[in-house]
Amino acid sequence: MDDFRDLDRRLHRRAFLSTAGALVVGLAAPEVWARAAPSSAASPNNPAMLADKLDAYLAVHVDGTVDVFYGAIDGGQGLATSIAQMVAEELDVSLTSVNMVMGDSARTLNMGGASGATGVSRRGITLMSMAAEARRALVERAAAKLGVSADRLRVADGVVFVDGDAEKRATYAELIGDKSFGSDVKWNGQWGNGHDAKGAAPVKKPADYKVVGTSPRRADLSRKVFGEQDFPGDLKLPGMLHARMVRPPVAGAVPVSVEEASIAHIPDARVVHIKDLLAVVAPKEWNAVRALRALKATWSESAPNFPDHDHVHDYIRAAAVTQRTIERENGDVDAGLKSAAKIVAGEYEYPTHSHASMGPACGLADVREDGATIYTSTQKPHYAADGIANLLGLPREKVRAVWMYGTGSYGRNDQGDATADAAVLSKTLGAPVRVQWMREEALGWDPKGTAAVNRLRAGIDANGDVVAYELISKGFSRENVATNEGRAAATLAGQLLGFPPEPKNTFNIPFASYTFPDNRVGWETVAPLMERASPLRSTHLRDPYGPPILFGSESFMDEIAAELKMDPVAFRLKYLKHPRDIEATRLAAEKAGWVARASPRADIDRSADVFEGRGIAFRRHFDTFIGVVAEVRVHRASGVVRPTRIVCAHDCGLIVNPETLTHVIERQLVYGTGRTTVEELHWDKDKVTSVDWIKYPVLHMEHAPPKIEIHLISRPDAAPSGAAEMALGLVPAAMGNAVFDATGVRLRRVPFTPARVKEALERA
Amino acid sequence: MTQRLTLNVNGQPHDIAIDDPDMPLLYALRDDLGLNNPRFGCGLGQCGACTVHIDGEPTRSCAMPVSAVGDRAVTTLHGVGSREKPHPLQAAWIEEQVNQCGYCINGWLMEGVALLKRNPRPSEAEAREAFSELICRCGTHNAAVRAVLRAAQQA
Repeated sequence: MDDFRDLDRRLHRRAFLSTAGALVVGLAAPEVWARAAPSSAASPNNPAMLADKLDAYLAVHVDGTVDVFYGAIDGGQGLATSIAQMVAEELDVSLTSVNMVMGDSARTLNMGGASGATGVSRRGITLMSMAAEARRALVERAAAKLGVSADRLRVADGVVFVDGDAEKRATYAELIGDKSFGSDVKWNGQWGNGHDAKGAAPVKKPADYKVVGTSPRRADLSRKVFGEQDFPGDLKLPGMLHARMVRPPVAGAVPVSVEEASIAHIPDARVVHIKDLLAVVAPKEWNAVRALRALKATWSESAPNFPDHDHVHDYIRAAAVTQRTIERENGDVDAGLKSAAKIVAGEYEYPTHSHASMGPACGLADVREDGATIYTSTQKPHYAADGIANLLGLPREKVRAVWMYGTGSYGRNDQGDATADAAVLSKTLGAPVRVQWMREEALGWDPKGTAAVNRLRAGIDANGDVVAYELISKGFSRENVATNEGRAAATLAGQLLGFPPEPKNTFNIPFASYTFPDNRVGWETVAPLMERASPLRSTHLRDPYGPPILFGSESFMDEIAAELKMDPVAFRLKYLKHPRDIEATRLAAEKAGWVARASPRADIDRSADVFEGRGIAFRRHFDTFIGVVAEVRVHRASGVVRPTRIVCAHDCGLIVNPETLTHVIERQLVYGTGRTTVEELHWDKDKVTSVDWIKYPVLHMEHAPPKIEIHLISRPDAAPSGAAEMALGLVPAAMGNAVFDATGVRLRRVPFTPARVKEALERA
Repeated sequence: MTQRLTLNVNGQPHDIAIDDPDMPLLYALRDDLGLNNPRFGCGLGQCGACTVHIDGEPTRSCAMPVSAVGDRAVTTLHGVGSREKPHPLQAAWIEEQVNQCGYCINGWLMEGVALLKRNPRPSEAEAREAFSELICRCGTHNAAVRAVLRAAQQA
């Protein structure tokens, strides 16, 4: 076992004490004065929680280890290791000495959470500056101690020594071990994603990097492989009760009466019924499940009359617009379209998706007279603490959120909702409570990624140039509930207890690099299908507005190219100006062995059993530039579409850990394939019907692209710009374009199910 | 009525008291024995996160009544390998850096270990087939196949 793995184990032991056999929670006793306060509020007595103090960002211990206080989380994509590399680089310590303290609202500042793949690009950059400032402060102390000027000192592995006289030395541990830096940094005054702080010290030049740009193995891997990593479902608090939430048979129905006698035969099982919230609890977990199944309750009448999900896009087309926003406009699109020699128009439909997390949500709460502690895997634990304070009527500083590794959330999934459930139940019962959602809840009641209809038009002049372009995407707002659980109203429990919903009309259209003389890009929202405690309430799902809209816009680019009988790569390059746009597109095509020609391919044999084709899609997201080429095989008789190969060119500026980055891209291309080919939420007029892994199909091995090739474009001098969700949004269009190339049939609705593809092929 | 029964898990007998003979084995392992490697993913036998070996056969413990186990040998991930003595597939899993969130990992490792036992040199297609009924929402599918092939080479 290498050092890093031994370190994993040591850190793991430090973080959680467990006795053999019985798993009892033992949150690490605070190790240094700076982190002793259980309060999550910044206070003058606790400089480690003040955003303008260096102590809030890192601490050096007497054993030479370094704690980094990362006020966000690692969803399992290796972010913690990359951030540790960035800190080790600027601090000049070994990577193995760095311990990441993540997402604990009592020990870290609110830096937002997992959001928009900004871990490296925002928080990592902040912490590099903090590490550089800490190094400067430590070198200054060493200079005083050793009696030499600071410019004669060098640092390696946490040891400061005199250049040319390594015997004269002082370790970081000797210089500051477990003591306060006592120095200020410049905080920008913001919390959450906007949080930033800068130190006075300059950061290194990329050319001098030794740790950033290398690929040490992720620190969380071995704990997971050896089954040592505790998730919320593994915690047992003393005296804890297990709870299951009882959901209505029809959306919108509320419990009117409950027959407690129906669960009287189950040992120590109890009902909790507060306003519209209904739950069962028991000391033994299985008995809580039995009580859930046995409980008889009367529910109010409810008739949500959801429109048939198969025709939800027609519903969206016809529904009244609640808000229309043109995000980008230049030139005169109406005039451009009017004067065009030819108009190309197309519509593209994207379905509703569940977060469909691997594990249903699980949250724990221990609510006492003097405060509450929650144990949660939400992506935004600091906000969750805010929301629990709001929900329980506690002062914010009395709530501590302890974040734990959990099932990959990939957006605001159900985790925060389960945590809020647990908080309500723990307060009511006066005991710690663990709420485990069931599979049918995780699919039927998690916040959703919503459906959209993309309407596109392009005007082409006599020379074959695109002179006017319009994209209007219409659908449900993406924030029926907020993208974090910072308000009680944003949680299901809060809404069931009467906190009025606080919906927002948001949508957003992905950036497009193409330049057209007349251009209009915008969105329209329609009213939610249910206002309160809706199983269809929307919020952010991984790359919230990427896949739904890029499926339309990047398919449509292909559609125009086909109309003009142009090669789809050459057509895109004609309208791309930025060198990084151009390189990502070109590299993807080149590595895929792209042969320039128009789509569809000229040699389609309509009677063939199998069709093969290739398609490309491109995007720029923040400052990440991605080209994806998909090769597909389409089976005529069955309508099955499978990607046989995906090639991705990826430029996200500075690369911190190339191997981790490659993994992150590969995994999301697989995930994106599932969103493209199988995932689709179904419901009837009353409720969500996609409540298991058969009715909500997800990618299995047979659907996965067997060959994925990733080509990283390294730009050490460009700021890192994020990678954890940028590529997946290109999969639907790249695959759809490949199907068109193979068959001449344009797929206009995701997912590309066999029935849908077969029908499209037969219609052609 | 409370009943007592003995489970043979990872080579050790464990006495437990159960209120319901239909309780799935998963709950006995997790709630009674504190063996948390098998995870609750669906409770329907559809995802594999709860997989254990019963007499060497990969079995979904969420769909197996505890009273039906009898004296058969139950093996969990902890019984397969540890940090001190990793199974070759665990070592390969780390080398290939397969997992992301890791919630599904138990099922993949338990199926992969069973595959390597019955077929020490599986082809890529055989590895894909062995994992065909498992779910991973992070998309680690190809990496898992690479890990199996790596472990097979080193065995």
